[in-house]
Amino acid sequence: MSRAAPATTFAQRPGATLAPRAYEDVPYEEKLALWEEVKADPRFPDYLYGCYECGICVAACPSARFYDFSPRKIAQAAAREDVELIFEQMNDDVWNCSQCFSCDRCPRQNSPGGLITILREVAVRHGLASSQEALEGYGRVVYKIMTTGTQVSPDMLQPDAFPDWGPDVKEVSDQLDLWRRALPPETLHTTSTGWEVSEKTLLELYLIWHYSDVMDMIEEVDEGLHMIILDVMEETLEEAGYEI
Amino acid sequence: MTSIIPVESLKTKPFRVDPSEAPTADIREALFELEEAGEIIVQRVPEPYVEVMTKYGRTKKIPLGQTWHHKSCGQCGHIPGYSTAIFWLTRKLGYDYLDPKDQTSCTAWNYYASATSNVAAQGGVAMRNFAAAYETGYFPIIHCGTSYGHYKEVRQEIVHHGDVREKVRDIMSKLGKPLVMPEEIVHYSEWVHAVRDQIAQHQVRDFSDIVACVHPACHYYKLIQEDAIYDPDIYGGQRTATVSGLILALGAEVADYSTFFDCCGFGFRHILVSRDFSRSFATMRKIEVMKEEANPDVVITHDTGCVTTLDKSQFAPQAHGRNVGVPVMSDAQFAALAMGAHPYRVCQLHWHSTDYRPLLEKMGIDWEAAWIEFEKDLKRLEANEIEYLTWEDVDG
Ligand code: SF4
Ligand code: SF4
Repeated sequence: MSRAAPATTFAQRPGATLAPRAYEDVPYEEKLALWEEVKADPRFPDYLYGCYECGICVAACPSARFYDFSPRKIAQAAAREDVELIFEQMNDDVWNCSQCFSCDRCPRQNSPGGLITILREVAVRHGLASSQEALEGYGRVVYKIMTTGTQVSPDMLQPDAFPDWGPDVKEVSDQLDLWRRALPPETLHTTSTGWEVSEKTLLELYLIWHYSDVMDMIEEVDEGLHMIILDVMEETLEEAGYEI
Repeated sequence: MTSIIPVESLKTKPFRVDPSEAPTADIREALFELEEAGEIIVQRVPEPYVEVMTKYGRTKKIPLGQTWHHKSCGQCGHIPGYSTAIFWLTRKLGYDYLDPKDQTSCTAWNYYASATSNVAAQGGVAMRNFAAAYETGYFPIIHCGTSYGHYKEVRQEIVHHGDVREKVRDIMSKLGKPLVMPEEIVHYSEWVHAVRDQIAQHQVRDFSDIVACVHPACHYYKLIQEDAIYDPDIYGGQRTATVSGLILALGAEVADYSTFFDCCGFGFRHILVSRDFSRSFATMRKIEVMKEEANPDVVITHDTGCVTTLDKSQFAPQAHGRNVGVPVMSDAQFAALAMGAHPYRVCQLHWHSTDYRPLLEKMGIDWEAAWIEFEKDLKRLEANEIEYLTWEDVDG
């Protein structure tokens, strides 16, 4: 169902919105366009069948216990197509989700967590300020996974990055080279990647990033990061004879 | 004390399921139809395999050997005794396997943390790895619970959405690779479950005094639920049997606690950039509840993020006088210790944080002597007498 006329939306009836209206400065059309993009995702029909408002998802949700956050509200806003509230959630709520999919026990067969994945993806694709904020400090992880093919590496275990994990982190980081050599599996002697990834494999990964529009998404949220990743990718691909 | 569901009562009336009444269609049938239409290659589970029951009563084939080990970033990077124990078990039971370099991460940890990817890219990464396995003739077995859960999502998207399938096929053809899907998506803990009796036959350490709490991994049994293993003889068929089945086979006690179904608090982005949440959740909803209700010697789980979150989160809360202090390890490390594995050379417990030494003592392991042995290995490595510790060194 696609609605051009906003007059019938739940949120537009005075007093009917579930929350005080935020982001009033953002034109309704922009919010609607984002919502239409969410609905156009091939997964959307599998993730939302309506909502009983039973709250089972909230009872199962870890993030609901520690944040002002509710998967039920996400499902309801989507089921009612409350464009204003959805925009607000896209900015203020979705990054609280733990993506554990405990809410998949929904008796209506919804996946509020899956809806959130799509909402986040659309937020990133359009570079919403809140997604840029949510990803601050996370850029090095994106860089690592996209350029090396493994997400966390042994050399990330630095005491200043994980002070709350106790003194063992320093011990690991001090002994890293030696302890990695003391691992029997041959692929695990690395320190800057989780395991040894072959060059051919890495090239293929770069081609996947290139042929999907992932790089455009990165550019929307972090231009500097985009440039660094692109440099690494292009150099490797060109050396291997690919014209990008 | 919170009242907990009495697990004993679940066992008295096992829950029997009829696969003909399953609420979902069997995706493997759709896969075979696509194969018949020439759209996709389905890589068959090699023989010999073990047949297990899944949530809706269907049968799943778990390959024993000829496995292509799809490793996990977090395991290999931060808890390498986890991956090492999986390989060690496979070797000890005499099964053939590959530990490929032609493998990338599933990239799903990043996707669930940052959403900086999309359906086509995620499908491309998954299908590239599956094609790489297919080229070797070995069958993928997946170490990470999140990779396993995410690949099941990718399978849904590729099977049910022709447009997604076309996009991914197009990317694969540019890489010169066919579109291949394994007949079953198999998690390593399902292999451990399938061989648990063999593991028990090789058991050399007595675990009858050990009390364990199980933390089942969300992405194993909540995300696309129908592939997870259930067994009427374990929890009366009402909870996933994976992990608990192994502990029981090794003669240890599985102790119940009321937040069994809660996640660990990993949160994907939270564990990296918002750890106050992960720490609070792991402490207050998991470890403290386990301690209060079951006082276990160990927490056994079967996923990367769960081991990391539950283990590492126990340091800081000590400053607040919280009731923490239970060691955490994977089912593979637990099984390896039962079979006599070295706690440092194989299980690499020095990478873990929460004190595991009292547990080793209860298992009859002289951890001080074991550490001295391992330190000798480290000296040989330092002196460049050996370049790496090898499987021969470990087994010698
Ligand atoms: S996926 Fe998100 S919304 Fe669903 S239960 Fe987990 S944290 Fe809550
Ligand atoms: S569990 Fe499902 S039906 Fe119930 S409130 Fe949550 S989304 Fe709605």
